[in-house]
Amino acid sequence: MSDDPQKKMTPYTVPIGPTHPALKEPVMFTFQMNGEQILKADFAPGQTHRGIEWMGMRRNPVQIVHLTDRICGICGVSHSLAFARAMEQIMEIEVPERADYVRTIIAEFERIQSHLLWAGVAAHELGFDTLLHLTWRVREQAMDTIELLTGNRVNYGIIQVGGVRRDFTPDQFPAIEETLQYYSDLKSKLLKIFLEDKTIQMRCRDCGVLSYDDALKLCTVGPTARASGLNMDVRVDYPFAAYGDLAIEPILPDAYMGETRGDVFDRIVVRLLEVDQSVDIIRQCLDRMPAGEVIAEPKLAKLLNQFKKAHGEALGRHEAPRGEVLHYVRMDGKEHPTSWKVKASSYSNLMSWIPMLEGEQIADIPIIVASIDPCLSCTDRVAVVRSGERGIMTKEELHRLSVEKTRRLSA
Amino acid sequence: MATLPMIPELLRQLFRTPATNAFPAKYLPSSVTEFLAKVGRGEAAIHPPVPVPKDFRGKITYDPTGCTGCSLCAKVCPAHAIEVLKDEKRIRIYVSQCIFCSQCTDICPKGSLAMSDAFLLADENRYADHLIVE
Repeated sequence: MSDDPQKKMTPYTVPIGPTHPALKEPVMFTFQMNGEQILKADFAPGQTHRGIEWMGMRRNPVQIVHLTDRICGICGVSHSLAFARAMEQIMEIEVPERADYVRTIIAEFERIQSHLLWAGVAAHELGFDTLLHLTWRVREQAMDTIELLTGNRVNYGIIQVGGVRRDFTPDQFPAIEETLQYYSDLKSKLLKIFLEDKTIQMRCRDCGVLSYDDALKLCTVGPTARASGLNMDVRVDYPFAAYGDLAIEPILPDAYMGETRGDVFDRIVVRLLEVDQSVDIIRQCLDRMPAGEVIAEPKLAKLLNQFKKAHGEALGRHEAPRGEVLHYVRMDGKEHPTSWKVKASSYSNLMSWIPMLEGEQIADIPIIVASIDPCLSCTDRVAVVRSGERGIMTKEELHRLSVEKTRRLSA
Repeated sequence: MATLPMIPELLRQLFRTPATNAFPAKYLPSSVTEFLAKVGRGEAAIHPPVPVPKDFRGKITYDPTGCTGCSLCAKVCPAHAIEVLKDEKRIRIYVSQCIFCSQCTDICPKGSLAMSDAFLLADENRYADHLIVE
């Protein structure tokens, strides 16, 4: 410590990121600190821009559907579904009813595995690795079922413009039923382990609070919004696929806890209850599933020709595990879209970090940052370039600078 | 009431079999090639690989006999992994680029393409012989 009275001691700045062990994905945080307390928080995303939209605008929609699978590693079906719905609106394709049910079932299985993955990550961020391993073990059941139904664990590749590429076969239904029973049996155990645990209550209750007003003003979506008491869910508000036929209520924390505090704990409650809600939705789907075709146009070559006649623009939306995803597509009578815009759910949720983090302590940063389930590589759509400079040094440029300095010194 | 509900779960876990898949050998052998030779002679046993589900999408297989070089597969390939050899009316598939969506097998009018069960495809050279199908 310096004795110089002129020197300003607080607030001092703590940078975290862009790559940091406490953050699962790259984002740059800058905190103004007073001791352990965060006075001001700021963040800069944009470290993982991959140019997916650029790639998409040079490909035809049949190719893009599989590109959208890879926007997010967890939401394997959410982006494809939103994109396919946008294309179907432009081309006025009627999706067969059975395909809608298949889509819904896969989307709900995805929600189960995504929420369990998040619960494990949250436990890990609290330093509770035993719980991480338990949740990830039970998550495997959903992954295995998805693999059985679609052919792959992560990049399902089941959505096609106009329907789905695979129908369920009768021998798969016992496996689905077994998985649903597994998660029904697990519900009380998971809720007990997460919500009655002393450490989780100590660390998550009244930590990272997002008020109802802030959640509304910052346009948060998905479980982050619902944990703050916002009654919103794309599946209920704007039903699509088979959701219109089903009885769904948005999950709000006060239904289980008796009150809404909008803290990290409420976000755990919402996600765990949504796992059970997804089981219920899949059960409803299986009961109502009609027979019939699963794709409007089974011949891909014909579908490719139809793209050349498509004119118009449309929005496709879907309630992904993290919140609403939105795809905007414009077709101008060419094989590839003129414009394609992807809005991942984390894009809407990132700004809620600021009110959550301010006033909290350094030790709470990992769990608060993780609590909105951020998916940054899905979100990054922009790389800032000013007068030809990206402001990022590559290995080659650093090498060149190094060589130049040696020459300068020896000159 | 705040408690520690994980403790009984942990104690129960002590007496359960591990949930993870077994490695081929229980312990890392001092020499892998020697161990594999022993397995070949029937002196040692390895844990069998975990079976893949039906209709799993693994490494692509290509039967050039029926292929007419129509290039429909290259048109739907999202990863540009298929090269059309125009003069020979054949295709060449770079497996290191392939994203295993199986779209080419769907569109192929002659049924020349199919997905196999093979998934152990790691290699240091992305143009290794077994990663180029033609």
